[in-house]
Amino acid sequence: MQIQPIVAALRHHKAGTVLIALQIALTLAIVCNALFIIHQRVAHLSEPTGVDEANLFVIVNQWADQSSGEQIDAQMQADLAALRQLPAVRDATASNAYPLLGGGWDDLIMMKPDQVQKTTDASVYFGDQHFIDTLGVKLIAGRNFRADEIAPMKPRDSSTPPVVIVTKALADKLYPDGSALGKSFYAMSATPTTIIGIVARMQRAEVDTWSRDYAYQALIWPRRMDSSFGTFYIVRAKPGELAAAMHEAPKALYAQSRLRIIDPKDGVLSFAEIRHRAYDSDRGTAILMGIICAVLLVITGAGIIGLTSFWVGQRRKQIGIRRALGATRRDILRYFQTENLLIAGAGVALGAVLAVGLNLWMMQQLAMDRMPLLYVLAGVVALLLLGQGAVFAPARRASRVSPVEATRSV
Amino acid sequence: MFGYYLDLALRSLKRNKVLTALMVLAIAVGIGACMTTFTVLHVLSGDPLPGRSSALYYPQIDPQDASGMMPGTMPPLQVTLIDGMNLLRARRADRQALMTGGAVPIHPDSSSLDPFYVEARYTTADFFAMFEAPFLYGHGWTGADDEAHARDVVITRKLDEKLFKGADSTGRTLRVGGSTFRIVGVLDSWRPNPHFYDLTTGSYNYYDEVFIPLQTALELHYDHNGSNDCWGNGTGGAGGIYPSATCVWLQYWVELDTPAKAAAYTQYLVHYSEEQKALGRFERSPNVRLDNLMQWLDYNGVVPSDVRLQAWLALGFLLVCLVNTVGLMLAKFLRRSGELSVRRALGASKRALFAQLLTESAVVGLAGGVGGLLLALLGLWLVRHRSSDYAALAHLDPVMLLATFALAIGASLLAGILPAWRASKVAPALQLKSN
Repeated sequence: MQIQPIVAALRHHKAGTVLIALQIALTLAIVCNALFIIHQRVAHLSEPTGVDEANLFVIVNQWADQSSGEQIDAQMQADLAALRQLPAVRDATASNAYPLLGGGWDDLIMMKPDQVQKTTDASVYFGDQHFIDTLGVKLIAGRNFRADEIAPMKPRDSSTPPVVIVTKALADKLYPDGSALGKSFYAMSATPTTIIGIVARMQRAEVDTWSRDYAYQALIWPRRMDSSFGTFYIVRAKPGELAAAMHEAPKALYAQSRLRIIDPKDGVLSFAEIRHRAYDSDRGTAILMGIICAVLLVITGAGIIGLTSFWVGQRRKQIGIRRALGATRRDILRYFQTENLLIAGAGVALGAVLAVGLNLWMMQQLAMDRMPLLYVLAGVVALLLLGQGAVFAPARRASRVSPVEATRSV
Repeated sequence: MFGYYLDLALRSLKRNKVLTALMVLAIAVGIGACMTTFTVLHVLSGDPLPGRSSALYYPQIDPQDASGMMPGTMPPLQVTLIDGMNLLRARRADRQALMTGGAVPIHPDSSSLDPFYVEARYTTADFFAMFEAPFLYGHGWTGADDEAHARDVVITRKLDEKLFKGADSTGRTLRVGGSTFRIVGVLDSWRPNPHFYDLTTGSYNYYDEVFIPLQTALELHYDHNGSNDCWGNGTGGAGGIYPSATCVWLQYWVELDTPAKAAAYTQYLVHYSEEQKALGRFERSPNVRLDNLMQWLDYNGVVPSDVRLQAWLALGFLLVCLVNTVGLMLAKFLRRSGELSVRRALGASKRALFAQLLTESAVVGLAGGVGGLLLALLGLWLVRHRSSDYAALAHLDPVMLLATFALAIGASLLAGILPAWRASKVAPALQLKSN
C-alpha cells in the first residue's frame, strides 16, 4: 500500500484531518487519565477491612441525660451484658470508633519520650476483652486483654494504659524486624505502653487521602470511654442472623434503660451500609469517569464515521476511476483503513503527550499519583482499534462503488 | 432575513436526521456533564455571607511547644481555651466571638416527643451580629450574660416549629440535658453553606439548632464536637471533660471593618504572642495568620478535590464534544457546496451565507442546550441521591440555568464558525460548472 498518495489526498482535507486527529488526541488524554482514576478508586474501595463484615453492625447510642462518668460506665456494662445474651448475637463491645467510621481519634506514635518528630500515626480504638472477637480480627501474636486490664477512661485521666494491642501494620512500622511483641512505644505521653498482642489486619477509622501513609495502622486501648455524649456498640451476629440481631438489639437496650437515643434512621447500621457510606464519593467518581469514558469513545467513533462517510461521498467519482483503472475492492477498503490509521496515529501520538501532561498537571493541582505508562499504551491501542472499527462501515461502502461511477458526470 | 435563515436551517437539519441528532446529542451530553459538575462546584464554592465576608477574619496564633518546630510551619487551625478567652476579653476588634460545636439532648415538655439530640453551638454574644444571623423573634444574649454564665439559649426556627409549633417561644423554657434554659431568641431560617465558622464539625449541610453561651456550656460540661489537636502530653479529653491547655479546639472570629484595622489586628496578634512568650506560656516566636472568610475557606480546601476533578473532567469532555461538532458541521456544510454556490450565484453575499450557516449551528446549540439542561437535571438528581454531606445542596439555580443556555449556544456558535467560514468561501461559478 502506497502511503504517499494518501498523504497527498489528505492535504486537500486539512481541516477535517486535523479535527479528527485532535479529537482522538483529546479523547486519549481524557480516557487514559479517567481509567487510571477509576482503577485507583476501585482499588481503594475494595480494600479489605479485616473484620467480619458480613455479620457486624453498629449501634449509635447517645445518652439522653448528662449522667456522671460512673453512672455511664455502669450502664455501658449492663448494656453490653444484655447484648451478649441475645440469642442472635455472638459478641458485643463498646468503642469510640469502628473501621470506616470516617473520622475519629488518632495518636501520634513516638519511639522515645523526648522525640521531636512522630514515628507514625495510629488510629485509636477503645475496647474490652471482647473487642477482638466481636470484630472478628485475627490475633496472630501475643494475647488478648485480660478482664482486669480493662478500666473506664476516667475524667481528667491523661495517662496512657500500660498495655496495648496493635495491628500488624503498626507493629511492622515500629519494629520492622518483626520483634514488636513485648516492646513498647510512646503515644503522646511520658509513660511507655507495652505491646501485648498483634492482630493480623484491621482497617483504620478513616480512610481519607491524608491517612494513606498510615494504612491499617491502628491500636486498641483496654478502656471503656464514658463519654457523656454516647458510645458505639459494635455487635457481631451469629452467622445468618444479622437481621434478627439488628432487630432485637435496640429493643434490648431500651429495655435496659429508656434514657438513651438511638436514631430510628441512622442509629443501627449494618457494616454493608457503613462500607457503602464510607466509599460513596469514590464510587461516585469512578462511575462518573466510567460513563464519561464510554460516551467519549462513542462520540469519537461516531465523529469518525460521520466525517469518513462525507469523504467517501465526496470521492465517489475518484473511487470509480480507480476501480475502472483496475483497483480491487480490497484496495479501496485498504485505502480508507490506511488513511484512518495515519490520522489516528498522528492523533494518538499527540494524545499520549497530552495524557502525560494532563496527569502531571493533576498531580500538581489535585494531588494525583503518577500514571503508569501502561495506561497510555492501552489507550493508544484502544483508540487505534476504535478508529479502525469506526472507519470500516464507510470504507466498505466506498469499496462497493461501481467502476461505472467514473463515467457519470454527476 | 433571520426568519428565512431559520427556515433554511430547519430544512437542512431535517434532511440529515442522523447527523443532526449526533451533533445535538454531542452538545447535549457535553453541556449536561459540564452543568452538573459546575453547579455542584458553584454551590460548594459560594460565599456563605455575601457582602459581609470581606470584613470577617479568622486569626491564628501558635501556642505549640518548641519541639517539632520547623520554619514555615503554619499555626494551628484553632485556638486553646485560654488564648481564646484572652483575645475575646481584649476586645481589640469591632466584634469578636469565640466558639466550639457540640451536641445536646433536648427534653421536650410535651410527652408525645421523645428526647432527641441537636447540634449545638457554644459561643459568645457577638456571634449573631457579626454573622448577621436573622432573628424571627427576640434577640441574642449580651456580653454580660456571657460572663454571668446565663442560662439563655437561642434556638432556630426549625426547632421552634418542632417544639412550639412555630409560636413566639421567647421567654419560655427549654430543657437541655439536666438544665433549664430561657429562650431569648429564635433565628429565622439561617443555613450558611459551607458551615464556614467551624469547618471541623462538617463543611456542608451541617446546621446548629441551639446556641448556648460558651461559658455556660463549659460550666455544665456539655460535650464538644469537632477536632482537638494536642501537642506535648496533651490529651483529647474523653469522658466529658474538655481538652487540656495544650490542645486547640475552639474557633475565634473577629470583625474588622477596614483593611487598616486588619493590619493593626495582625500587629496585635504578634504583640500578644510576644507577650505570652515573655510570660513563658508560648515557646515559639510569633507565628500568626489573619485570613478573611473566603481566604480561610480556600486555605482549608473546603471544596472537595473530587468535585474540582469532576468539573475539569467535564470541561475536557465538552471540548471533545465541540471538536466533534466542528468536524461534523464541516462535513455537513461542505456537502452543501452545490446549494450554497447557487445562492451565491443568485446574489447572496459571503456574509449572508456565513450568517445563514451560523444560524443553523445556533439552532443545533439551542437544541443541545435543552437536551443538556435535561441531562443536567438528571445528573443533579443523581448527585442528590448520593450520601455525601453536600449532596442535598445540588440544585440548579437561575444563574446556572441561564449559563447553561449561554454556554450551549456560545459553544455551538464557536463550533460553527470555522465550518461556516470555509463553506461560505465557495466560488459560485466553479461549483455551477462542475454540476
